[in-house]
Amino acid sequence: MAIENAVSADDIKVDGAKMHISDTDVAIDIVGMHKWYGEFNVLKDINLKVMRGERIVICGPSGSGKSTMIRCINRLEEHQKGKIIVDGKELTNDLKKIDEVRREVGMVFQHFNLFPHLTILENCTLAPIWVRKTPKKQAEEQAMHFLRRVKIPEQANKYPGQLSGGQQQRVAIARSLCMNPRIMLFDEPTSALDPEMIKEVLETMVGLAEEGMTMLCVTHEMGFARKVANRVIFMDQGQIVEENTPAEFFDHPRHERTKLFLSQILH
Amino acid sequence: MSQNDLHYVRTEMALPQPAPLRERGPVAWIRKNLFANPFDSVLTIIGMIIVIMILPPLVDWALVQAQWTGTDRTFCSTVAQGGIQPEGWSGACWAFVNAKFGQFMFGRYPIEERWRVILVAIMFVALLVPLLIPRVPRKGLNAFLFLVVFPIVAAFLLIGGFFGLPHVETPLWGGLLVTLTLSYVGIVVSLPLGILLALGRRSKMPVVKMLSVIFIETVRGVPLITVLFMASVMLPLFLPAGVSFDKFLRALIGVSLFASAYMAEVVRGGLQAIPKGQYEGADSLGLSYWQKTGLIILPQALKLVIPGIVNTFIGLFKDTSLVYIISMFDLLGVVRQNFSDPAWASPQTPASGLVFAALVFWMFCFGMSRYSIYMEHRLDTGHKR
Repeated sequence: MAIENAVSADDIKVDGAKMHISDTDVAIDIVGMHKWYGEFNVLKDINLKVMRGERIVICGPSGSGKSTMIRCINRLEEHQKGKIIVDGKELTNDLKKIDEVRREVGMVFQHFNLFPHLTILENCTLAPIWVRKTPKKQAEEQAMHFLRRVKIPEQANKYPGQLSGGQQQRVAIARSLCMNPRIMLFDEPTSALDPEMIKEVLETMVGLAEEGMTMLCVTHEMGFARKVANRVIFMDQGQIVEENTPAEFFDHPRHERTKLFLSQILH
Repeated sequence: MSQNDLHYVRTEMALPQPAPLRERGPVAWIRKNLFANPFDSVLTIIGMIIVIMILPPLVDWALVQAQWTGTDRTFCSTVAQGGIQPEGWSGACWAFVNAKFGQFMFGRYPIEERWRVILVAIMFVALLVPLLIPRVPRKGLNAFLFLVVFPIVAAFLLIGGFFGLPHVETPLWGGLLVTLTLSYVGIVVSLPLGILLALGRRSKMPVVKMLSVIFIETVRGVPLITVLFMASVMLPLFLPAGVSFDKFLRALIGVSLFASAYMAEVVRGGLQAIPKGQYEGADSLGLSYWQKTGLIILPQALKLVIPGIVNTFIGLFKDTSLVYIISMFDLLGVVRQNFSDPAWASPQTPASGLVFAALVFWMFCFGMSRYSIYMEHRLDTGHKR
């Protein structure tokens, strides 16, 4: 709460000069970031500034480095050059800093990565109890709150393996939300789902976006991008090739590679 | 033209029907499992013939002809061999097992002190049984008593030398007592140590990794007999004069370290089978290394390798017999030692003694095996990933 108050105080200060952006409004700042897998330069000169409450969709052909980029933001992948500052903390080899960042950044994976030996409720309460030291009872109430929000409270005592893909992904979203993250990363959240289940997951994500969550989402759901994104980023060969508002991006792509990509997926 | 009409709409949904009779009942079971095709039928018949050939003579030897009571070798020998049995008699000499039962259980542990061993055995069972039954509450306390308090109390009781309990030195221990003590210590030490070694071997820290690899590969590279022999014969050479520690303790350490090297490799197999996504899922929530390992990775990894872990336990249980190399006598050792007792030497004695020892070993190993299968089913939450 203290931090949020500080933010609003800052907002008032800069209110007079709108052009001047306070640092506390920047959620993620990536400057000149490079990454190599051995000799291979997977990410080249990535520069990206994400404001609080911004919703960014990242798309691009497979192997373009979009997943790798958002995985760098919570240090599931290590970058070798440049700077990544998340929530005011720079990501270095400092394990404590990394854990601090991970606590504030939720991540939803393509393959859900739920813990199969724990029930849905236990999946959701594990991190709050062990990382945030929330009392068990309170953690469970909070978990049920988020499970209701993703519309599966009745599954709380089942195991992940008993749920459909769409339900599992919604649990994964609830699990992340239980840590009260300030930023959510989505790594192709609907790519492993049956067509009938994509909608339920997207609806959950739209709900989150409407509440003002800062979101970075790697996805090919162009409908979703048009509906909720402030900005669409197109990546190819490890670089950001084009960046624009969804309307401009889809209707008037500028870069040749973007045009080709859009013509391939929008048939 | 009508053949081009692809139009079809189901008007009524089909209801599920009971399976055909041929698929149910004992006759169907026999057909399916014993006589499914000619090859199966031949195998079934051959199997039956083998059972018919082996089972009746075995029952005859072990139960019908067997000599259950007696005071010396004459009860288990034929007249020509200097005994009372008719010519051509062949049966198990359970009288021998009966007479030597105390030795088989306790070795040369003084008879008037054996109540101490029995007391320890009662504590062992009383603590182990509730630990194994999932429904019994207070597992934490139970495990603490069984794994920490019990060994200390048991050691004091068995060794003695205080509170008026006479000291019983370990060379007098023997029989099932030695088998179970070695197995208990081996199992209780090797599982946690093996887990640590397996984690060490997968560690990103080069020194930790190297030490784990060296330990595992060295211990796994030599036979247990060598380890025991070295512990018994070589170790004293390196110790300063006058310093010695108990031979049985050395065997305990040798067996435990040996088993942990094997355990480490079993556990490593389980760790490697956990998908990368589980590590990432735990990382992304901000769990620390030990939280991630203890709460997410190990519970899944150990569950996967229960058969391997129990396999190592069973191997360890039977390998305890090798302590004869340092002149300690476990159950099998004591049985073999008694073959040369002139009061009981008869052609039937060795077979009877060995069958008895085998039966005891089998009971313990089969128990472990069944329990592991039960645990596998219980922990199965029905899916991977």
